[in-house]
Amino acid sequence: MSVLIAIELTGEKPSNASLELLALARTLANGNPVVALSLGADVGLTETLIARGADKVVLGARETFTDINSDVWATCATDAARKHGATLVLAPHTPFGADIAPRLAFRLNAACATGCVSIDRQDGALLCTRAAHGGNVREVLRMKARVTVATLRAGVYDALPADTTRKGEGIILTEPPPSRIRVLERKRDAAEGVRLEDAKVIVAGGRGLGGAEGFKVLEPLAHALGGVVGASRVPCDLNWCSHAMQIGLTGKTVTPELYIAVGISGASHHLAGCGNAKTIIAINTDKDAAIFREARFGVTGDFAKVVPALTAAIRALPKDL
Amino acid sequence: MHIAVCIKYIPDPEAAFSQFSIDEQAKKVVPAPGLRHVVSPFDEQAIEAALRVREQHAGARITVITLGNEASRNALKHGLAMGADDGVLLMDPAFDDGDGYTTTLALSAAIRKLATVDLVLTGRQAADGDAGIVGAGIGEELNLPVLTFAKAVVMEGAAASVVRVERVLDDGTEIVEADLPALVTVSNELGAPRAPSLRETMRAARKPMVVWKAADLELDVATLGAAGARTARERIFVPSKAVQCEFIEAATPEEQGARLAARLREAKVL
Repeated sequence: MSVLIAIELTGEKPSNASLELLALARTLANGNPVVALSLGADVGLTETLIARGADKVVLGARETFTDINSDVWATCATDAARKHGATLVLAPHTPFGADIAPRLAFRLNAACATGCVSIDRQDGALLCTRAAHGGNVREVLRMKARVTVATLRAGVYDALPADTTRKGEGIILTEPPPSRIRVLERKRDAAEGVRLEDAKVIVAGGRGLGGAEGFKVLEPLAHALGGVVGASRVPCDLNWCSHAMQIGLTGKTVTPELYIAVGISGASHHLAGCGNAKTIIAINTDKDAAIFREARFGVTGDFAKVVPALTAAIRALPKDL
Repeated sequence: MHIAVCIKYIPDPEAAFSQFSIDEQAKKVVPAPGLRHVVSPFDEQAIEAALRVREQHAGARITVITLGNEASRNALKHGLAMGADDGVLLMDPAFDDGDGYTTTLALSAAIRKLATVDLVLTGRQAADGDAGIVGAGIGEELNLPVLTFAKAVVMEGAAASVVRVERVLDDGTEIVEADLPALVTVSNELGAPRAPSLRETMRAARKPMVVWKAADLELDVATLGAAGARTARERIFVPSKAVQCEFIEAATPEEQGARLAARLREAKVL
């Protein structure tokens, strides 16, 4: 089957999750073209995407696609899927992908599965495995329409290494389609170093921190480990920290090497966003908290005392093993 | 102004998952008997968003719509008690065992039948299936502009002909607008929904609630329920966990912290 991928940009580069989709598409395309669609990108991205697994790259250059919104995306992706005969359309499961996927599905008369953790082919049909019920269960859906639209969670498949010898075709879109929605303003949170999605180490805080002050205790630990600070949903909803820090079902999906959960009970909707971390460490006063069932190491105790001691001890460790 | 809010009645998603079991034969998640049902929290916030719009524009009519069974009347009652004006229950065996696609068809047909709707609000996703297909799907089915993941919804323009939304993004927010009629999906960042007041709860009992079947919506039953679904559940299971937690014990929290660092180095995590 021919596969279309909606490529999300992080700054000027394709997001890791988008590159992972290219790798998945190569395994499912079975020799048919893998088509990447990128809007508002530098034209040089065509080569990058081909090197990462695309056979065709449809690109709306940032000089012409100056005002991109979800309506523009939905129209361009629908057109590209039709023109290139894609019977599978993939997008990362982020606000970007979760926004456009259902719309594409209706426009393409497609079956739709969101938040997938795997897509497999069986007897000519596609099976999409996805998390439901706050991440507590997995359901396997057989897709019954001719076309499938799916969003995938990050960190499930490995992106292909760049192969600059790969050949492909670049197609430049001449002008953006009309849009029914208008973007008036974008408020980006001040980018402080590494993004949660790319972080190797994340120190995340939950309700147990007790207030915004609690996050100040986590920052030195994150800093000592070269990591960043995240949060579960409760502290975000209570305005203890920025919503952009939210990890979980309705927040970000992260896949760090090390995830330190502080004062987080481990509700399944939070674990849906961090369950793929390589090592989880939990610090919580409640020894029965669900987070300890996910954790390799656990400390039951007051984070305000444990975390500074842990931070100091990590700083004192010899640099090399 | 007429606002339609689509809501779903689900087992309490905050309940411990031990309150649920998996029926592998029926391929369903089964709540324990007596587990309370609630309006899906994101949908409750969509009702809240509608009420806030009405505070801005007195006289707006709010209709709550749900697809479900007899028990789903409770979802509509809750919406009416929060302050909505009338309720529509879509109930027909033909709707059973559908998917996001067939649910979208039915809800869209109901909104079409209401005829006067300027703004459709839904939650960003139902808190049981977590799919997030129906909201944007209704927008597509009714050919409306779609604005997703709203944390704030306001009307703009002299005749309130434009809806302006602050949308939640990965790395911040954006302000977007569209001409009415339009569809907006609401995210948890909107904030807590109001609790029904005693007065509104009393009034709710007298507010109109209608029941529409597939035939009332002029829908072909072959497009509905299990027959019309574009996805079929093959299997449902609880993912296995194989992690054994090693607890770090010490006399004081400070010693626990120090010992954890040493243990992480030993285990080559650091």
